[in-house]
Amino acid sequence: MKIDLPRYEKIWITFGIGTLAAFLIIIGVMAFTMDLHPPGDNRTIIPEAISITPPFDKPGLYPSGSRNYKAAIVAKTFTFLPTEMRIPAGSTVHFEVTSPDVVHGLMIPGTNVNMLVVPGRITQFTYTFKHKGNYYLICNEYCGSGHQLMASRLIVE
Amino acid sequence: MSQAHPGYDGAVLHDAKAEFDAKDKAMIKAHLAFAYISLGLGAIAGLLQALERTGMVISLPLGTGYYQLLTLHGVLLGLVFTTLFIIGFLHSGIVKTLGGAYSNAERRVAWVGFYMMLIGVIMAGLMILTNQATVLYTFYAPLHASPWFYIGSALLIVGSWVSGVAIFMSYGRWKKANPGKPAPLFSFMSVATMILWIIATLGVAVEVLFQLIPWSFGWVPRIDVELSRTFFWYFGHPLVYFWLLPAYIYWYVNIPRIIKGKIFSDSLPRLTFILFILYSIPVGFHHQLMEPGIGYFWKFLQVILTFFVVIPSLLTAFTILATFELAGRSLGAKGRFGWVRKMPWGDVRFLAPVVGMLFFIPGGAGGIINASYQMNQVVHNTLWVTGHFHMTLATTVILTFFGISYWLIPALTNRILTPVANRLGILQTVIWSLGMLLMSVPMHITGILGEPRRTAYTTYGNAPLAEIWRPYRAMMAMGGTLLFIGIVIFLGIAIYLWYFAPKAAQSIEYPIGEVNDKAPAPPPILERWSLWVAITFALVLIAYTVPIVGMFMNPSPGSPPLRTW
Repeated sequence: MKIDLPRYEKIWITFGIGTLAAFLIIIGVMAFTMDLHPPGDNRTIIPEAISITPPFDKPGLYPSGSRNYKAAIVAKTFTFLPTEMRIPAGSTVHFEVTSPDVVHGLMIPGTNVNMLVVPGRITQFTYTFKHKGNYYLICNEYCGSGHQLMASRLIVE
Repeated sequence: MSQAHPGYDGAVLHDAKAEFDAKDKAMIKAHLAFAYISLGLGAIAGLLQALERTGMVISLPLGTGYYQLLTLHGVLLGLVFTTLFIIGFLHSGIVKTLGGAYSNAERRVAWVGFYMMLIGVIMAGLMILTNQATVLYTFYAPLHASPWFYIGSALLIVGSWVSGVAIFMSYGRWKKANPGKPAPLFSFMSVATMILWIIATLGVAVEVLFQLIPWSFGWVPRIDVELSRTFFWYFGHPLVYFWLLPAYIYWYVNIPRIIKGKIFSDSLPRLTFILFILYSIPVGFHHQLMEPGIGYFWKFLQVILTFFVVIPSLLTAFTILATFELAGRSLGAKGRFGWVRKMPWGDVRFLAPVVGMLFFIPGGAGGIINASYQMNQVVHNTLWVTGHFHMTLATTVILTFFGISYWLIPALTNRILTPVANRLGILQTVIWSLGMLLMSVPMHITGILGEPRRTAYTTYGNAPLAEIWRPYRAMMAMGGTLLFIGIVIFLGIAIYLWYFAPKAAQSIEYPIGEVNDKAPAPPPILERWSLWVAITFALVLIAYTVPIVGMFMNPSPGSPPLRTW
């Protein structure tokens, strides 16, 4: 296929494609050698059975080592359970979240925690809280008339 | 102001035959009227919800809820205004470049498409107004809207396919009459746009017809939410290219005429549109990076394909600027940047889209950030994303659509874009740009600071977090108000051009650029649609087969319908 591509356009496109390739290589190396992936998971769960399925029957923090926690969180209209969590600074938290009703989001502003919570599935993500402070878990996917009220607190001491 | 340009006062062709066929005119005008009414209503909803969410107005008139207005705003402006305007514009250019009129059969098909869309929009709109479909324009299951909302949406989609058939029929008729000749650029691009649209909407059609409608009527008890989201986003990303491509048509085909230049190349624009068909569809996962049920490898693969779709936009940036420079030089510009001053800055038909192009530079860069896998965690579902698509769709694309309207309405009503209307249009462009800067830049900032999108006014119980957002919210409210004023001025000019502007003595020109004589003829392979469609489907199969089979092999238990508003 012969396309009339002037010399300057060739330079421009080469530069553009080169930049895109550099971006992709950087995020690809970060993803696959440093294991920096966005949230996900492949496990499924029956939304109506969350209240009798561990660990979501008792939402909360489960210590799993020194400064290591698993946080089992239920995102439901219009609250997160548990409504408050406390951890020491420097703790690594492994979040596991699910929803008994509609789609929710779980975001903690000031961190990279940003997960979409889909009923019927579990979402997981791990994050280390290095700095003390009051963090908020807020819902960032529209879930109904009380969506703007859906928040809970994580206190890092 | 330079008189050298075929501007508002020079856009008269001394050729009566250039006028549209009366029946085609009526059909195109129906599309535009429908689009502008949606624009006005969507803007009212936009103003009210902007004031609500920034805390400027707490109780909304008639007891409407924030999310109901947001649904109305998104559906009317994102889905209805765009689709109707685009299809009306494509019909006009197809008629213009493929022989001057639709055949009776083609026009009948175009009307059928129009009425299907009209009935669909009325159905879906009534459900939103009666609060039976407060599900936002993404209608994510298991939020349960009235079945008639989904049926209305399906009619809008299928109606747009029928409109595409009218375009394909006219194109086929021209190709038969002109064997071996490359189709005129406008018609090639229209066909490419409709091919992209039909392949893309297959995803949402499957979701609506096979998942949402049976489930919302209660014929099946549960819905696989992740699967429905995957079908939605298979459509949701190419949707933005369906908005963008008609703007590119204007930049590539019509603007060269307005600046007294020539189309720089006959092949590159075609290649650009082919690349959009190939790479805008198998990329929906970059909207689903934060969710479960999709493997990392597949998410990353679609991130790579998403980056490929930047290439045709880079090609466009170069080609459009080269067209401007060559036009300026042919008008006698000297020096490296002398051509800039030869551009008709005082002509709103040029100024509005060019301001839109400038906004596309930060807008496109923001898009690359959104698609950058881990970086998406910082911005996903925050107000940053709302800022991003207001800077791209609502600025780049919509300013271009304003620019098109300022000559398309005169061409259809045979009235003159008077100097006063032109100046008002320039004022409108300035107000729109300022409004969008004041709204979308703070949206980007508060998004980074953690303010979520699609959320009513909230302080999370006077959280210090929300306190940081306050000054930005005030700016957004001001920006939203300016944007509403911009729409009012635009609709005022549109009504003037439609009913009141002075009649032209001769036909108003429909600006179609000529191709530069030195540009070689486009290679015939670019018009081998079957080849490009086949490659597109191959890419879609590569990007989607394994993840979707995975969702069937490891299905979620599904969700019953829920109404949470």
